[in-house]
Amino acid sequence: MEDGNKTMAENGNTHAKISCKNVSKTFIQKGTQQVHVLDGISLDVAENEFVVILGPGQCGKSTLLRIMAGLETASTGSVIINDKEVDGPGQDRGLVFQSYMLFAWKTVMGNVEMGPKLRGVGKEERRKVAQHYIDMVGLQGFENKYPHQLSGGMKQRAGIARAYANQPQVMLLDEPFGQLDAQTRIYMEQETVRIWEQEKRTVIFVTNNIDEALFLGDRIICMEGKLPGRIREVYDVNLPRPRKFTDLDFLKLRHEITEASELTL
Amino acid sequence: MSFAEVKITKEPLMVILPILSIVAFFGIWQSLLSFGVVPSSLLASPLQVLKLFIAKWTQVNPDGALLTTHMWTSIQEAFTGYILALLVGIPLGLAMGWFPIVEGLARPIFELIRPIPPIAWIPLTIFWFGIGIPGKVFIIWIAGIVPCVINSYVGVKMTNPVLIQMARTYGASNWQIFIKICIPSALPMVFGALQIALAYCWTNLVGAELLAADNGLGFMITMGRRLAMPDMVLLGMAMVGLTGAVIGVIIDAVEKRLLAGIRR
Repeated sequence: MEDGNKTMAENGNTHAKISCKNVSKTFIQKGTQQVHVLDGISLDVAENEFVVILGPGQCGKSTLLRIMAGLETASTGSVIINDKEVDGPGQDRGLVFQSYMLFAWKTVMGNVEMGPKLRGVGKEERRKVAQHYIDMVGLQGFENKYPHQLSGGMKQRAGIARAYANQPQVMLLDEPFGQLDAQTRIYMEQETVRIWEQEKRTVIFVTNNIDEALFLGDRIICMEGKLPGRIREVYDVNLPRPRKFTDLDFLKLRHEITEASELTL
Repeated sequence: MSFAEVKITKEPLMVILPILSIVAFFGIWQSLLSFGVVPSSLLASPLQVLKLFIAKWTQVNPDGALLTTHMWTSIQEAFTGYILALLVGIPLGLAMGWFPIVEGLARPIFELIRPIPPIAWIPLTIFWFGIGIPGKVFIIWIAGIVPCVINSYVGVKMTNPVLIQMARTYGASNWQIFIKICIPSALPMVFGALQIALAYCWTNLVGAELLAADNGLGFMITMGRRLAMPDMVLLGMAMVGLTGAVIGVIIDAVEKRLLAGIRR
Protein backbone atom coordinates (compact mmCIF):
# COMPACT_ATOMS: atom_id res chain seq x y z
CA MET A 1 0.00 0.00 0.00
CA GLU A 2 2.53 2.56 1.23
CA ASP A 3 4.92 2.80 -1.64
CA GLY A 4 3.77 1.51 -4.95
CA ASN A 5 6.95 1.20 -6.91
CA LYS A 6 10.27 0.51 -5.43
CA THR A 7 12.95 0.66 -8.01
CA MET A 8 16.56 0.42 -7.20
CA ALA A 9 17.09 4.17 -7.40
CA GLU A 10 14.11 5.08 -5.20
CA ASN A 11 15.29 2.66 -2.53
CA GLY A 12 18.57 4.50 -2.47
CA ASN A 13 20.00 1.03 -2.81
CA THR A 14 22.64 0.57 -5.44
CA HIS A 15 23.65 -2.76 -4.04
CA ALA A 16 21.92 -5.57 -5.87
CA LYS A 17 20.24 -8.40 -3.98
CA ILE A 18 20.39 -10.69 -6.98
CA SER A 19 22.93 -10.25 -9.70
CA CYS A 20 23.10 -12.37 -12.83
CA LYS A 21 26.33 -11.87 -14.68
CA ASN A 22 26.44 -12.97 -18.30
CA VAL A 23 24.55 -16.20 -17.60
CA SER A 24 24.38 -18.71 -20.46
CA LYS A 25 23.08 -22.22 -20.49
CA THR A 26 23.59 -24.94 -23.04
CA PHE A 27 21.90 -28.29 -22.71
CA ILE A 28 23.27 -31.31 -24.44
CA GLN A 29 20.57 -33.41 -25.97
CA LYS A 30 20.98 -37.04 -26.96
CA GLY A 31 24.70 -37.05 -26.51
CA THR A 32 25.86 -34.49 -29.03
CA GLN A 33 23.10 -32.07 -30.01
CA GLN A 34 23.54 -28.75 -28.23
CA VAL A 35 20.61 -26.53 -27.31
CA HIS A 36 21.41 -22.95 -26.34
CA VAL A 37 18.72 -22.04 -23.86
CA LEU A 38 20.15 -18.85 -22.37
CA ASP A 39 22.63 -16.45 -23.88
CA GLY A 40 24.40 -13.73 -21.94
CA ILE A 41 21.75 -12.78 -19.40
CA SER A 42 22.82 -9.95 -17.11
CA LEU A 43 20.35 -8.66 -14.58
CA ASP A 44 20.44 -6.85 -11.25
CA VAL A 45 17.54 -7.01 -8.83
CA ALA A 46 17.28 -4.72 -5.84
CA GLU A 47 16.20 -5.80 -2.38
CA ASN A 48 12.42 -6.12 -2.06
CA GLU A 49 11.96 -5.49 -5.74
CA PHE A 50 9.22 -7.38 -7.59
CA VAL A 51 10.68 -8.42 -10.92
CA VAL A 52 8.65 -10.25 -13.53
CA ILE A 53 10.31 -12.25 -16.26
CA LEU A 54 7.91 -12.26 -19.18
CA GLY A 55 8.13 -14.45 -22.25
CA PRO A 56 6.33 -17.14 -24.18
CA GLY A 57 6.85 -20.85 -23.61
CA GLN A 58 10.28 -22.20 -24.46
CA CYS A 59 12.13 -18.90 -24.12
CA GLY A 60 14.45 -20.00 -21.35
CA LYS A 61 12.77 -18.03 -18.58
CA SER A 62 12.14 -21.03 -16.36
CA THR A 63 15.71 -22.18 -16.87
CA LEU A 64 16.95 -18.78 -15.69
CA LEU A 65 14.80 -19.13 -12.58
CA ARG A 66 16.07 -22.65 -11.96
CA ILE A 67 19.65 -21.39 -12.23
CA MET A 68 18.87 -18.73 -9.63
CA ALA A 69 17.32 -21.45 -7.47
CA GLY A 70 20.45 -23.52 -7.80
CA LEU A 71 18.60 -26.41 -9.41
CA GLU A 72 20.59 -25.98 -12.64
CA THR A 73 24.09 -24.68 -13.08
CA ALA A 74 24.94 -21.96 -15.57
CA SER A 75 27.20 -23.05 -18.42
CA THR A 76 28.97 -19.71 -18.27
CA GLY A 77 28.56 -16.68 -16.03
CA SER A 78 27.31 -16.67 -12.48
CA VAL A 79 24.42 -15.72 -10.25
CA ILE A 80 25.19 -13.85 -7.06
CA ILE A 81 22.56 -13.64 -4.35
CA ASN A 82 23.36 -11.80 -1.13
CA ASP A 83 26.98 -11.41 -2.21
CA LYS A 84 27.31 -15.17 -2.46
CA GLU A 85 27.65 -17.09 -5.67
CA VAL A 86 24.85 -19.63 -6.10
CA ASP A 87 26.12 -23.18 -6.09
CA GLY A 88 23.06 -25.25 -5.26
CA PRO A 89 19.67 -24.82 -3.64
CA GLY A 90 19.52 -22.98 -0.36
CA GLN A 91 17.19 -21.86 2.35
CA ASP A 92 17.60 -18.19 1.35
CA ARG A 93 15.45 -18.84 -1.72
CA GLY A 94 11.81 -19.99 -1.62
CA LEU A 95 10.35 -21.79 -4.60
CA VAL A 96 6.80 -21.95 -5.90
CA PHE A 97 6.03 -24.09 -8.93
CA GLN A 98 3.21 -24.16 -11.44
CA SER A 99 2.38 -27.75 -10.60
CA TYR A 100 2.02 -26.95 -6.86
CA MET A 101 4.36 -29.77 -5.83
CA LEU A 102 2.81 -30.22 -2.44
CA PHE A 103 3.68 -33.28 -0.40
CA ALA A 104 0.57 -35.36 -1.07
CA TRP A 105 0.94 -37.33 2.16
CA LYS A 106 1.08 -34.23 4.36
CA THR A 107 -1.67 -31.89 5.48
CA VAL A 108 -1.53 -28.17 4.74
CA MET A 109 0.10 -27.68 8.13
CA GLY A 110 2.53 -30.53 7.46
CA ASN A 111 3.48 -29.01 4.13
CA VAL A 112 3.96 -25.50 5.44
CA GLU A 113 6.03 -26.55 8.44
CA MET A 114 8.21 -28.89 6.36
CA GLY A 115 11.01 -26.38 5.78
CA PRO A 116 11.46 -25.36 9.43
CA LYS A 117 11.07 -29.00 10.46
CA LEU A 118 13.89 -30.10 8.17
CA ARG A 119 16.05 -27.36 9.63
CA GLY A 120 15.38 -28.71 13.10
CA VAL A 121 13.12 -25.94 14.39
CA GLY A 122 11.19 -27.12 17.47
CA LYS A 123 7.56 -28.12 17.11
CA GLU A 124 5.98 -25.23 18.97
CA GLU A 125 8.07 -22.62 17.19
CA ARG A 126 7.54 -24.00 13.70
CA ARG A 127 3.80 -24.43 14.28
CA LYS A 128 3.64 -20.76 15.17
CA VAL A 129 5.54 -19.75 12.04
CA ALA A 130 3.49 -22.08 9.84
CA GLN A 131 0.21 -20.83 11.31
CA HIS A 132 1.27 -17.24 10.66
CA TYR A 133 1.80 -17.91 6.97
CA ILE A 134 -1.27 -20.11 6.66
CA ASP A 135 -3.27 -17.17 8.02
CA MET A 136 -1.42 -14.80 5.70
CA VAL A 137 -2.45 -16.73 2.59
CA GLY A 138 -5.99 -17.11 3.91
CA LEU A 139 -5.99 -20.86 4.49
CA GLN A 140 -7.02 -20.77 8.14
CA GLY A 141 -9.45 -23.61 8.81
CA PHE A 142 -7.77 -25.82 6.22
CA GLU A 143 -4.69 -26.71 8.26
CA ASN A 144 -5.63 -30.36 8.51
CA LYS A 145 -6.75 -30.88 4.92
CA TYR A 146 -4.69 -32.92 2.49
CA PRO A 147 -3.70 -31.45 -0.89
CA HIS A 148 -6.20 -33.60 -2.80
CA GLN A 149 -8.98 -32.00 -0.75
CA LEU A 150 -8.03 -28.49 -1.91
CA SER A 151 -8.86 -26.54 -5.05
CA GLY A 152 -6.08 -25.40 -7.37
CA GLY A 153 -6.01 -21.90 -5.94
CA MET A 154 -5.86 -23.23 -2.40
CA LYS A 155 -3.06 -25.61 -3.30
CA GLN A 156 -1.04 -22.72 -4.62
CA ARG A 157 -1.77 -20.71 -1.48
CA ALA A 158 -0.38 -23.60 0.52
CA GLY A 159 2.64 -23.64 -1.80
CA ILE A 160 3.23 -19.94 -1.21
CA ALA A 161 2.81 -20.29 2.55
CA ARG A 162 5.26 -23.18 2.51
CA ALA A 163 7.85 -21.12 0.67
CA TYR A 164 7.41 -18.20 3.08
CA ALA A 165 7.56 -20.39 6.18
CA ASN A 166 11.13 -21.19 5.36
CA GLN A 167 11.93 -17.48 5.82
CA PRO A 168 13.65 -17.01 2.48
CA GLN A 169 14.98 -13.62 1.44
CA VAL A 170 14.16 -14.22 -2.19
CA MET A 171 10.97 -15.74 -3.59
CA LEU A 172 11.22 -17.49 -6.93
CA LEU A 173 7.88 -18.23 -8.58
CA ASP A 174 7.65 -20.21 -11.81
CA GLU A 175 4.30 -19.55 -13.51
CA PRO A 176 2.54 -20.24 -10.22
CA PHE A 177 -0.95 -19.45 -11.49
CA GLY A 178 -0.65 -21.11 -14.88
CA GLN A 179 -3.04 -23.91 -13.98
CA LEU A 180 -5.74 -21.74 -12.47
CA ASP A 181 -8.91 -20.54 -14.14
CA ALA A 182 -9.03 -16.85 -15.14
CA GLN A 183 -11.11 -15.68 -12.16
CA THR A 184 -9.02 -17.45 -9.56
CA ARG A 185 -5.90 -16.28 -11.31
CA ILE A 186 -6.76 -12.59 -11.03
CA TYR A 187 -7.75 -13.10 -7.42
CA MET A 188 -4.46 -14.82 -6.67
CA GLU A 189 -2.58 -11.98 -8.36
CA GLN A 190 -4.28 -9.51 -6.04
CA GLU A 191 -3.41 -11.75 -3.12
CA THR A 192 0.20 -11.90 -4.27
CA VAL A 193 0.47 -8.11 -4.17
CA ARG A 194 -1.22 -7.99 -0.76
CA ILE A 195 1.14 -10.63 0.65
CA TRP A 196 4.18 -8.97 -0.89
CA GLU A 197 3.22 -5.63 0.59
CA GLN A 198 2.65 -7.27 3.95
CA GLU A 199 5.91 -9.21 4.04
CA LYS A 200 8.35 -7.64 1.66
CA ARG A 201 10.66 -10.00 -0.16
CA THR A 202 12.70 -9.80 -3.28
CA VAL A 203 10.53 -11.56 -5.83
CA ILE A 204 11.33 -13.09 -9.21
CA PHE A 205 8.10 -14.06 -10.90
CA VAL A 206 8.14 -15.94 -14.20
CA THR A 207 5.06 -15.73 -16.40
CA ASN A 208 3.86 -15.81 -19.99
CA ASN A 209 0.89 -13.57 -19.23
CA ILE A 210 1.35 -9.87 -19.99
CA ASP A 211 -1.53 -8.70 -17.79
CA GLU A 212 -0.16 -10.66 -14.88
CA ALA A 213 3.28 -9.14 -15.48
CA LEU A 214 1.88 -5.59 -15.55
CA PHE A 215 -0.30 -6.13 -12.54
CA LEU A 216 2.50 -7.49 -10.37
CA GLY A 217 5.88 -6.20 -11.44
CA ASP A 218 7.98 -3.22 -10.43
CA ARG A 219 9.96 -4.14 -13.46
CA ILE A 220 9.27 -6.44 -16.40
CA ILE A 221 12.09 -8.29 -18.07
CA CYS A 222 10.79 -9.16 -21.51
CA MET A 223 12.51 -12.14 -23.13
CA GLU A 224 13.05 -12.88 -26.81
CA GLY A 225 10.40 -15.13 -28.27
CA LYS A 226 12.75 -17.90 -29.27
CA LEU A 227 15.88 -19.71 -28.16
CA PRO A 228 18.52 -18.90 -27.20
CA GLY A 229 16.88 -16.89 -24.44
CA ARG A 230 18.00 -13.28 -24.37
CA ILE A 231 16.60 -10.19 -22.69
CA ARG A 232 14.80 -8.17 -25.35
CA GLU A 233 13.71 -5.19 -23.30
CA VAL A 234 13.29 -4.07 -19.70
CA TYR A 235 10.26 -2.01 -18.65
CA ASP A 236 9.87 -0.05 -15.44
CA VAL A 237 6.26 -0.19 -14.36
CA ASN A 238 5.67 3.12 -12.64
CA LEU A 239 2.00 2.55 -12.00
CA PRO A 240 0.55 3.11 -8.55
CA ARG A 241 -0.78 0.12 -6.65
CA PRO A 242 -3.36 -1.27 -6.43
CA ARG A 243 -3.36 -1.46 -10.20
CA LYS A 244 -6.34 -1.96 -12.40
CA PHE A 245 -6.35 -3.93 -15.62
CA THR A 246 -8.43 -1.27 -17.32
CA ASP A 247 -6.50 1.86 -16.31
CA LEU A 248 -5.38 3.92 -19.27
CA ASP A 249 -1.72 3.91 -18.22
CA PHE A 250 -1.89 0.19 -17.69
CA LEU A 251 -3.27 -0.33 -21.18
CA LYS A 252 -0.76 2.08 -22.71
CA LEU A 253 2.15 0.13 -21.31
CA ARG A 254 0.49 -3.12 -22.30
CA HIS A 255 0.20 -1.76 -25.84
CA GLU A 256 3.82 -0.68 -25.84
CA ILE A 257 5.08 -4.09 -24.73
CA THR A 258 2.85 -5.93 -27.16
CA GLU A 259 3.95 -3.76 -30.08
CA ALA A 260 7.61 -4.17 -29.25
CA SER A 261 7.43 -7.93 -29.23
CA GLU A 262 6.16 -9.74 -32.27
CA LEU A 263 4.41 -12.06 -29.88
CA THR A 264 0.76 -12.17 -29.10
CA LEU A 265 1.15 -12.38 -25.39
CA MET B 1 -28.80 -26.94 -8.01
CA SER B 2 -29.87 -30.42 -7.23
CA PHE B 3 -29.91 -33.53 -9.24
CA ALA B 4 -32.22 -36.45 -8.79
CA GLU B 5 -30.23 -39.35 -7.48
CA VAL B 6 -29.72 -41.85 -10.21
CA LYS B 7 -29.77 -45.35 -8.93
CA ILE B 8 -27.32 -47.49 -10.78
CA THR B 9 -28.84 -50.90 -11.23
CA LYS B 10 -26.91 -53.74 -12.67
CA GLU B 11 -28.41 -55.00 -15.84
CA PRO B 12 -30.51 -58.00 -14.82
CA LEU B 13 -28.68 -60.13 -17.34
CA MET B 14 -25.39 -59.46 -15.58
CA VAL B 15 -26.87 -60.81 -12.37
CA ILE B 16 -28.50 -63.86 -13.90
CA LEU B 17 -25.61 -64.96 -16.10
CA PRO B 18 -23.01 -65.43 -13.35
CA ILE B 19 -25.47 -67.36 -11.19
CA LEU B 20 -26.42 -69.48 -14.16
CA SER B 21 -22.80 -70.18 -14.95
CA ILE B 22 -21.96 -71.27 -11.40
CA VAL B 23 -25.04 -73.47 -11.11
CA ALA B 24 -24.35 -75.04 -14.48
CA PHE B 25 -20.70 -75.64 -13.61
CA PHE B 26 -21.47 -77.52 -10.42
CA GLY B 27 -24.56 -79.17 -11.90
CA ILE B 28 -22.68 -80.63 -14.85
CA TRP B 29 -19.76 -81.62 -12.67
CA GLN B 30 -22.10 -83.41 -10.24
CA SER B 31 -24.09 -85.15 -12.94
CA LEU B 32 -20.97 -86.35 -14.76
CA LEU B 33 -20.20 -88.42 -11.67
CA SER B 34 -23.77 -89.24 -10.61
CA PHE B 35 -24.51 -90.74 -14.00
CA GLY B 36 -21.15 -92.48 -14.19
CA VAL B 37 -19.89 -90.60 -17.24
CA VAL B 38 -16.58 -90.03 -15.46
CA PRO B 39 -15.31 -92.85 -13.23
CA SER B 40 -14.96 -91.90 -9.57
CA SER B 41 -11.27 -92.84 -9.65
CA LEU B 42 -10.59 -89.79 -11.83
CA LEU B 43 -12.75 -87.15 -10.21
CA ALA B 44 -14.89 -86.64 -7.11
CA SER B 45 -18.26 -84.94 -7.20
CA PRO B 46 -18.88 -81.61 -5.46
CA LEU B 47 -21.07 -83.36 -2.91
CA GLN B 48 -18.31 -85.82 -2.08
CA VAL B 49 -15.88 -82.96 -1.57
CA LEU B 50 -18.39 -81.23 0.68
CA LYS B 51 -18.86 -84.44 2.69
CA LEU B 52 -15.12 -84.82 3.16
CA PHE B 53 -14.85 -81.15 4.10
CA ILE B 54 -17.33 -81.69 6.93
CA ALA B 55 -15.70 -84.93 8.03
CA LYS B 56 -12.19 -83.47 8.09
CA TRP B 57 -13.11 -81.03 10.86
CA THR B 58 -13.17 -83.90 13.33
CA GLN B 59 -11.44 -86.76 11.55
CA VAL B 60 -7.65 -87.05 11.54
CA ASN B 61 -7.37 -89.96 9.10
CA PRO B 62 -6.47 -90.93 6.47
CA ASP B 63 -3.93 -88.17 5.91
CA GLY B 64 -2.82 -87.78 9.52
CA ALA B 65 -4.14 -84.37 10.48
CA LEU B 66 -7.32 -82.34 10.79
CA LEU B 67 -8.19 -79.89 8.02
CA THR B 68 -7.65 -77.03 10.46
CA THR B 69 -4.17 -78.35 11.31
CA HIS B 70 -3.23 -78.39 7.64
CA MET B 71 -4.54 -74.89 7.18
CA TRP B 72 -2.84 -73.60 10.28
CA THR B 73 0.51 -75.06 9.21
CA SER B 74 0.22 -73.49 5.78
CA ILE B 75 -0.82 -70.11 7.12
CA GLN B 76 1.97 -70.15 9.68
CA GLU B 77 4.59 -70.98 7.07
CA ALA B 78 3.24 -68.49 4.59
CA PHE B 79 3.05 -65.64 7.07
CA THR B 80 6.43 -66.21 8.63
CA GLY B 81 8.09 -66.24 5.21
CA TYR B 82 5.97 -63.34 4.03
CA ILE B 83 6.73 -61.13 7.01
CA LEU B 84 10.45 -61.92 6.77
CA ALA B 85 10.34 -61.07 3.06
CA LEU B 86 8.72 -57.71 3.82
CA LEU B 87 11.16 -56.96 6.62
CA VAL B 88 14.19 -57.58 4.43
CA GLY B 89 12.86 -56.80 0.95
CA ILE B 90 11.21 -53.43 1.52
CA PRO B 91 14.11 -51.71 3.32
CA LEU B 92 16.54 -53.24 0.82
CA GLY B 93 14.51 -52.05 -2.17
CA LEU B 94 14.05 -48.57 -0.71
CA ALA B 95 17.76 -48.26 0.02
CA MET B 96 18.64 -49.54 -3.45
CA GLY B 97 16.43 -46.84 -4.92
CA TRP B 98 18.18 -44.00 -3.11
CA PHE B 99 21.74 -44.95 -2.19
CA PRO B 100 23.97 -45.64 -5.20
CA ILE B 101 26.31 -47.76 -3.06
CA VAL B 102 23.50 -50.09 -2.04
CA GLU B 103 22.22 -50.22 -5.60
CA GLY B 104 25.65 -50.98 -6.97
CA LEU B 105 26.31 -53.75 -4.49
CA ALA B 106 22.92 -55.39 -4.13
CA ARG B 107 21.45 -55.11 -7.58
CA PRO B 108 23.75 -57.55 -9.45
CA ILE B 109 23.19 -60.26 -6.84
CA PHE B 110 19.49 -59.60 -6.82
CA GLU B 111 19.32 -59.83 -10.62
CA LEU B 112 21.28 -63.07 -10.46
CA ILE B 113 18.90 -64.73 -8.01
CA ARG B 114 15.67 -63.20 -9.27
CA PRO B 115 15.09 -65.42 -12.35
CA ILE B 116 15.50 -68.67 -10.37
CA PRO B 117 12.00 -69.98 -9.56
CA PRO B 118 11.64 -70.32 -5.79
CA ILE B 119 10.62 -73.97 -6.18
CA ALA B 120 14.09 -74.71 -7.59
CA TRP B 121 15.49 -74.06 -4.11
CA ILE B 122 13.56 -76.98 -2.62
CA PRO B 123 16.27 -79.65 -2.90
CA LEU B 124 18.76 -77.33 -1.19
CA THR B 125 16.30 -76.47 1.56
CA ILE B 126 15.76 -80.17 2.19
CA PHE B 127 19.53 -80.54 2.69
CA TRP B 128 19.58 -77.58 5.00
CA PHE B 129 16.34 -77.76 6.94
CA GLY B 130 14.74 -81.15 6.27
CA ILE B 131 11.04 -81.20 5.40
CA GLY B 132 9.78 -79.20 8.39
CA ILE B 133 8.50 -75.65 8.57
CA PRO B 134 11.84 -73.73 8.28
CA GLY B 135 12.51 -75.03 4.75
CA LYS B 136 9.14 -73.81 3.53
CA VAL B 137 9.62 -70.48 5.25
CA PHE B 138 12.86 -70.09 3.33
CA ILE B 139 11.19 -70.85 -0.02
CA ILE B 140 8.43 -68.38 0.73
CA TRP B 141 10.94 -65.77 1.82
CA ILE B 142 12.73 -66.12 -1.52
CA ALA B 143 9.40 -65.90 -3.36
CA GLY B 144 8.15 -62.87 -1.44
CA ILE B 145 11.30 -60.83 -1.39
CA VAL B 146 11.43 -60.31 -5.16
CA PRO B 147 8.31 -58.15 -5.58
CA CYS B 148 9.10 -56.34 -2.32
CA VAL B 149 12.51 -55.27 -3.55
CA ILE B 150 11.37 -54.38 -7.06
CA ASN B 151 8.35 -52.33 -6.03
CA SER B 152 10.13 -50.43 -3.26
CA TYR B 153 13.05 -49.75 -5.57
CA VAL B 154 10.84 -48.47 -8.38
CA GLY B 155 8.73 -46.50 -5.90
CA VAL B 156 11.74 -44.53 -4.70
CA LYS B 157 13.05 -44.07 -8.25
CA MET B 158 9.68 -42.63 -9.25
CA THR B 159 9.77 -39.90 -6.61
CA ASN B 160 9.11 -36.58 -8.30
CA PRO B 161 12.55 -34.97 -8.72
CA VAL B 162 11.08 -31.52 -8.07
CA LEU B 163 10.00 -32.63 -4.60
CA ILE B 164 13.55 -33.74 -3.92
CA GLN B 165 14.92 -30.44 -5.22
CA MET B 166 12.43 -28.57 -3.11
CA ALA B 167 13.55 -30.43 -0.01
CA ARG B 168 17.13 -29.54 -0.91
CA THR B 169 16.21 -25.87 -0.95
CA TYR B 170 14.93 -26.40 2.59
CA GLY B 171 18.40 -27.59 3.51
CA ALA B 172 17.36 -31.21 3.94
CA SER B 173 20.15 -33.75 4.20
CA ASN B 174 20.36 -36.77 1.92
CA TRP B 175 19.06 -38.99 4.70
CA GLN B 176 16.19 -36.63 5.51
CA ILE B 177 15.14 -36.58 1.87
CA PHE B 178 15.17 -40.37 1.82
CA ILE B 179 13.08 -40.67 4.98
CA LYS B 180 10.72 -37.73 4.54
CA ILE B 181 10.26 -37.52 0.77
CA CYS B 182 11.25 -40.72 -1.01
CA ILE B 183 9.71 -43.25 1.36
CA PRO B 184 6.32 -41.53 1.61
CA SER B 185 6.25 -41.15 -2.19
CA ALA B 186 7.08 -44.82 -2.61
CA LEU B 187 4.36 -45.99 -0.20
CA PRO B 188 1.66 -46.72 -2.78
CA MET B 189 4.11 -48.89 -4.70
CA VAL B 190 5.20 -50.61 -1.48
CA PHE B 191 1.60 -51.39 -0.66
CA GLY B 192 1.22 -52.84 -4.12
CA ALA B 193 4.11 -55.14 -3.24
CA LEU B 194 2.24 -56.40 -0.17
CA GLN B 195 -0.47 -57.86 -2.40
CA ILE B 196 1.82 -59.20 -5.08
CA ALA B 197 4.23 -60.75 -2.58
CA LEU B 198 1.39 -62.43 -0.74
CA ALA B 199 0.07 -64.02 -3.92
CA TYR B 200 3.61 -65.19 -4.75
CA CYS B 201 4.15 -66.56 -1.28
CA TRP B 202 0.92 -68.47 -1.21
CA THR B 203 1.40 -70.13 -4.62
CA ASN B 204 4.96 -71.09 -3.86
CA LEU B 205 4.02 -72.39 -0.45
CA VAL B 206 1.65 -74.88 -1.95
CA GLY B 207 4.28 -75.84 -4.50
CA ALA B 208 6.79 -76.39 -1.73
CA GLU B 209 4.38 -78.45 0.32
CA LEU B 210 3.53 -80.63 -2.63
CA LEU B 211 7.16 -81.63 -2.88
CA ALA B 212 8.45 -81.69 0.66
CA ALA B 213 6.19 -81.64 3.70
CA ASP B 214 4.58 -83.69 6.40
CA ASN B 215 1.75 -81.27 7.00
CA GLY B 216 -0.11 -78.42 5.33
CA LEU B 217 -2.63 -77.97 2.54
CA GLY B 218 -0.16 -78.83 -0.22
CA PHE B 219 0.73 -81.99 1.65
CA MET B 220 -2.96 -82.82 1.92
CA ILE B 221 -3.24 -82.64 -1.87
CA THR B 222 -0.24 -84.92 -2.27
CA MET B 223 -1.72 -87.38 0.22
CA GLY B 224 -4.96 -87.34 -1.73
CA ARG B 225 -3.03 -88.43 -4.80
CA ARG B 226 -1.08 -91.13 -2.93
CA LEU B 227 -4.26 -92.51 -1.39
CA ALA B 228 -6.09 -92.28 -4.73
CA MET B 229 -8.73 -89.99 -3.17
CA PRO B 230 -9.75 -87.38 -5.75
CA ASP B 231 -12.09 -85.80 -3.20
CA MET B 232 -9.16 -85.05 -0.92
CA VAL B 233 -7.16 -83.55 -3.77
CA LEU B 234 -10.09 -81.32 -4.69
CA LEU B 235 -10.75 -80.35 -1.08
CA GLY B 236 -7.11 -79.35 -0.70
CA MET B 237 -7.28 -77.29 -3.89
CA ALA B 238 -10.48 -75.60 -2.80
CA MET B 239 -9.05 -74.72 0.61
CA VAL B 240 -5.88 -73.29 -0.93
CA GLY B 241 -7.98 -71.05 -3.15
CA LEU B 242 -10.36 -70.06 -0.40
CA THR B 243 -7.69 -69.25 2.20
CA GLY B 244 -5.67 -67.30 -0.37
CA ALA B 245 -8.71 -65.26 -1.33
CA VAL B 246 -9.59 -64.50 2.29
CA ILE B 247 -6.04 -63.38 3.09
CA GLY B 248 -6.04 -61.21 -0.05
CA VAL B 249 -9.24 -59.49 1.04
CA ILE B 250 -7.80 -58.83 4.50
CA ILE B 251 -4.57 -57.34 3.13
CA ASP B 252 -6.60 -55.22 0.74
CA ALA B 253 -8.68 -53.83 3.62
CA VAL B 254 -5.56 -53.09 5.68
CA GLU B 255 -3.96 -51.35 2.71
CA LYS B 256 -7.04 -49.20 2.11
CA ARG B 257 -7.13 -48.14 5.73
CA LEU B 258 -3.43 -47.30 5.91
CA LEU B 259 -3.47 -45.44 2.62
CA ALA B 260 -6.56 -43.38 3.40
CA GLY B 261 -5.64 -39.75 3.08
CA ILE B 262 -2.44 -40.51 1.24
CA ARG B 263 -4.01 -41.38 -2.07
CA ARG B 264 -4.74 -38.43 -4.29
